[in-house]
Amino acid sequence: MNSSIWPYIGKRLLLMFPVLLGLTVIVFFIMALIPGDPALAILGAFATPENVAQLNTQLGLDKTIVEQYFTWLGNVLQGDFGRSYRQNRAVLDIVTERFNATLILAGTALVLCSIFGILVGIISAIRQYGWTDKILTFVVLIGISTPAFWLGLLLIMLFAVQLRWLPASGMYAVYGGGDLLDLIRHLILPASTLAFIATGVIARLTRASMLEVLRQDYIRTARAKGLSEHRVVYRHAFKAALVSIVPVIGIQAGFVLGGAVYIETVFQWPGIGSMLVNAISTRDLLLVQGGVLFVAAAYVVFNLIADVVQVLLDPRVTS
Amino acid sequence: MKRTVQTLLIALTALLGSSLWAQTPPNVLVVGQIAEPQSLDPHAVTAVNDFRILVNIYDGLVRYEDGTLNVEPSLAESWEISDDGIHYTFNLRQGVSFHDGSPFNAEAVVFNFERMLNEDHPYHDTGPFPLAFYFGEVASVEALSEYQVRFTLSEPFAPFLSNLAYPTGLIISPEAVREHGQDVGRNPSGTGAYQFEEWRANARVVVSRNSDYWDGAPELEAVVFRPITDANTRVAEMLSGGIDMMVEVPPDNVATFADAGDFQLYEQAGPHLWFLILNLKEAPFDDKRVRQAVNYAIDKEALVNDVLQGTATVATGPTPPAFGWAYNEDLEPYPYNPDRARELLAEAGAEGAEITFYVTEGGSGMLDPISMGTAIQADLAAVGLRVRIETYEWNTFLGLVNPGLEGKADMAQMAWMTNDPDTLPFLALRTEAWPEQGGFNSGYYSNTTVDDLLNRARTSTDQDERAALYREMQEIVYDDAPWAFIANWQQNAVATDRVQNFRLQPSFLLLLHDVSKQ
Repeated sequence: MNSSIWPYIGKRLLLMFPVLLGLTVIVFFIMALIPGDPALAILGAFATPENVAQLNTQLGLDKTIVEQYFTWLGNVLQGDFGRSYRQNRAVLDIVTERFNATLILAGTALVLCSIFGILVGIISAIRQYGWTDKILTFVVLIGISTPAFWLGLLLIMLFAVQLRWLPASGMYAVYGGGDLLDLIRHLILPASTLAFIATGVIARLTRASMLEVLRQDYIRTARAKGLSEHRVVYRHAFKAALVSIVPVIGIQAGFVLGGAVYIETVFQWPGIGSMLVNAISTRDLLLVQGGVLFVAAAYVVFNLIADVVQVLLDPRVTS
Repeated sequence: MKRTVQTLLIALTALLGSSLWAQTPPNVLVVGQIAEPQSLDPHAVTAVNDFRILVNIYDGLVRYEDGTLNVEPSLAESWEISDDGIHYTFNLRQGVSFHDGSPFNAEAVVFNFERMLNEDHPYHDTGPFPLAFYFGEVASVEALSEYQVRFTLSEPFAPFLSNLAYPTGLIISPEAVREHGQDVGRNPSGTGAYQFEEWRANARVVVSRNSDYWDGAPELEAVVFRPITDANTRVAEMLSGGIDMMVEVPPDNVATFADAGDFQLYEQAGPHLWFLILNLKEAPFDDKRVRQAVNYAIDKEALVNDVLQGTATVATGPTPPAFGWAYNEDLEPYPYNPDRARELLAEAGAEGAEITFYVTEGGSGMLDPISMGTAIQADLAAVGLRVRIETYEWNTFLGLVNPGLEGKADMAQMAWMTNDPDTLPFLALRTEAWPEQGGFNSGYYSNTTVDDLLNRARTSTDQDERAALYREMQEIVYDDAPWAFIANWQQNAVATDRVQNFRLQPSFLLLLHDVSKQ
């Protein structure tokens, strides 16, 4: 590895902190702006103003929002993410448990959509305006424009209800199971749904950057030298095009993490997306903060990895 | 490349073929729930969704008799009530152990109620206990001997036994509370028919047969509760054989299951009421005629048959018919009569009045609030009331409604599920239950006769006398119309025909002790 890359990574990692800090401030204060409070969510229909006030005192929510924020920040810096009001469980336990599930789902989807997106993009570029290009473009555009939850439900109806090939929802069999094979079986439908939707953008951008590269002089030279078309496309053109494809994959990583929210709900995947939605509606402030912090950190790290790969592919980028 | 594709295809075939997606395991019941439980600590939760699991892990001193809301012995074999209705002495069942092996005795009962009610109790901080007010009248609990315990109330309180049968009265192992502290909700230990095995976040809660159960070991080896929040996914799981039973079938899917041969649809009316709170402090609902007009103007038959597709029945008054002994059968629901509504509005001079109507997006027991809200808006528009809907997410909604409607809205949706005919009117219809006094009377209804009837009904220990008082209360409230009485929900469930000996309970609790599966 190029030794000059380390200072770059270090700088980017340092920049991560103000980003995350700013994010926690925004989330904390937005949560404070939403009407309704955690005490109300815990007490439900039985919340009398008196009970609410008492519980708020117990939870430390009677302090000012600024005080609350700094208490939270101080605790987080010591590694204490607090307890979920509603589940009465350590936030860190909940978040890490859920985050693993999301990483498995989003990671698989990202790998799938990168592979298919790049393949489709290359083929479309080579066969520009041909029938293959038109059909592939049509299919990936359907992917981009299909609502995730709807596609998910259709796949469940087909593969789980009609054909009974795959389970409809969940991450493991409810009883027994729990091995890798079981996981894969449960992963196929949600990961494919998510990947199908995310493939389009990568395919379209791969196609565009491949077309741009294929028009350049050195490609003509390579062809003129008599290199096989296969070699021209994959060794010369693709490698150059990859520089602009990699950051898109980084951005898609964020999309996949975000899109996982719907997919997790439809497929009852025990991930962090469905947890966050629930935590917001129950005003579980500390859980929301912890969850958002993890997701944001993951997003920043994914982008960092994408940028580093890009630098490695094209050293001009750092300068 | 071709070889890779080939290998992949073979692997995929192997994966699918290894076992064609099959039915659930034999003798294990898989139940599709609407959400993940919040906690399995019976004193810390308020949701029916959680109660459905709890009643299978824990027992209370008393319980509801199968198919009714009458109280029968459970962990207490018998009890005596003093003539003044202040002292309740329970004789406890002997030789019962909690799942963790510790003994059930009078000390355990005292620990349970002290933990909930006494702020100085060392484990009071393992709360909060939002429904502790069910036992607010308990002044002290003492162990008289190893198997005898006495509750002393601050005043006579007739619903006490019924409240003990409610899930908030379930008895948890003191050992488990001491060992796990705040985490006891995820490490529950009771005396019930099933014992806790495992809780995987958002995936499943597993309970297994308690072979030593005092009331006979259940036939099922285990029950798996799966949270499936999306109703469509829950239906798909049911159709694909991934679960054996689901609760709260969406109205749109009831017909699908009723017509399909392999499924059994269960329905049961329960003590639920869906109503509209009317703001009596401000015009136009400060006039009784306008309130009655609203009751006449709403086509409740259409709501329960078309919007809710038969999953509810038309409500008559403040007391659901499920409370058979306290329900006034002489009353008939306000008929759908728009002409009468127009007359009443004209008499009151309220034609064309503008009404702000709080609607929620959904919440516990709220059924299909948006569709119901818009149908009501249309019915009221037909008699000349101009209704402006404001829609809020559930928690925001409660935050607006519970402190009272004054200055904000004229009308709000609400629903309650209770265990005793006392609870809802006591908390939401008395003058002393106005929001500023800590009650739920958000529409400021006040009638001293009703106040008096309710106070007398809760202090009388004679059920016939109580029944007469509640019936009179219903007549007055029906006529005063502080609410628009809309619907009583019929809870439903679907199970495959492999599931046997199952029935829904009017208490909305999901009792699985006697259930078996072929």
